[in-house]
Amino acid sequence: MGKLTATGGVSQLEGAGGGGLVPWALITGYGTRDSWGANAHATRVRTQDYGLDTWGVAAGVADRVELSLARQRFTGARAPLDRLQIEQDIVGVKLRVAGDAVYAQDNWLPQIAVGALAKRNRGIGGLGALGVTSVTQLGAQSEHGVDWYVAATKIDLEHSLLWNATVRATKANQMGILGFGGDKGGSYRAQLELSGAWLVNRKLALGAEYRMKPANLGVDPEHDYADVFVAWFPSKVFSVTAAYAQLGQITVFNPTRQRGWYLSAQAGF
Amino acid sequence: MKNTACALLLALALPAFADGAPLYDDLGARAGVHAIVTTLVPLVLQDRRIAASFDGIDMKHLALRLEEQFCAVSGGPCTYKGKDMKTIHDGLNITNAQFNALVEDLQEALDRNAVAPAVQNRLLAKLAPMQRDVVTK
Repeated sequence: MGKLTATGGVSQLEGAGGGGLVPWALITGYGTRDSWGANAHATRVRTQDYGLDTWGVAAGVADRVELSLARQRFTGARAPLDRLQIEQDIVGVKLRVAGDAVYAQDNWLPQIAVGALAKRNRGIGGLGALGVTSVTQLGAQSEHGVDWYVAATKIDLEHSLLWNATVRATKANQMGILGFGGDKGGSYRAQLELSGAWLVNRKLALGAEYRMKPANLGVDPEHDYADVFVAWFPSKVFSVTAAYAQLGQITVFNPTRQRGWYLSAQAGF
Repeated sequence: MKNTACALLLALALPAFADGAPLYDDLGARAGVHAIVTTLVPLVLQDRRIAASFDGIDMKHLALRLEEQFCAVSGGPCTYKGKDMKTIHDGLNITNAQFNALVEDLQEALDRNAVAPAVQNRLLAKLAPMQRDVVTK
């Protein structure tokens, strides 16, 4: 519990320490360089036609290494996809390689971390009538994929701001929920992800995020994600993040641009 | 919505900060800094995480040095007359958690003296780099 409140960030959609959509360079939890921390989280996103639930656990060791495990469950809410269910497992590892987001207030060098998110799509449920049980049947090249990223995070105490920029190399369609690679492309693409937050006080942060995504799959006219969020840290053992997110169009069969609420809770030390 | 997020990100990037008064004045100048340190010292001595580190320390002297230091780093008309942070903390094996405990006590003292969060953070920005010299474990 040695870190200052909120300086471990929250849990992003793929289970890594970060904001809501973007993995940050901060190491999750409240462990300092001679200790460790861990937490569990649950996140619920609801748009007009779909839902996404994520839950997982993560640990930060010596404020240097972060390990995370997460399960995502994507569901359809409207016929004919009201029984749709796609699950994905994600194992994450992050290594802080340079800088210090909190203490290096006398220079501009951000904290920098490199990370990987290894993902395994567990298949599609609820489309049995169509004979569809795997994302590869939708055109994805693979049910597995690894995202690689470099994240830079800076807390600017002089102006009570937090900044993050992440570059991610990925083949994932909708984070991997629709598999990896596709008929329109199958190679790694670099995507930029940005976060900014105003640290209103020690317990409250307001911010926004933007996450670019590739479009490899013909049936998935994938759009970039964006959100505006408020994160509340009533204590070091618990935080809750609420956001309004725009996730864009998910399939060509449903032209509605998906938007809705995001709610996440994290408990740990 | 996406535009809103982008606009917010941009707004955060603009250096539109009302950076008027020097930090020292925002802290309440001499009287303010004195009140903050006067609140801080008993908080530190009651803090079980770090109180033992101050055994045998002349707290009156420490309070004076802290006032000088806060005044000097915030742009006030003072010169810090104490030893440098590295020399003072050399060999004390202070952990990062202990350093942060003191920061939290300071934040509590600033709260009790009604110092606005943004002003608190500006003071912490000046003190935070001392972590490199203070934390040796």
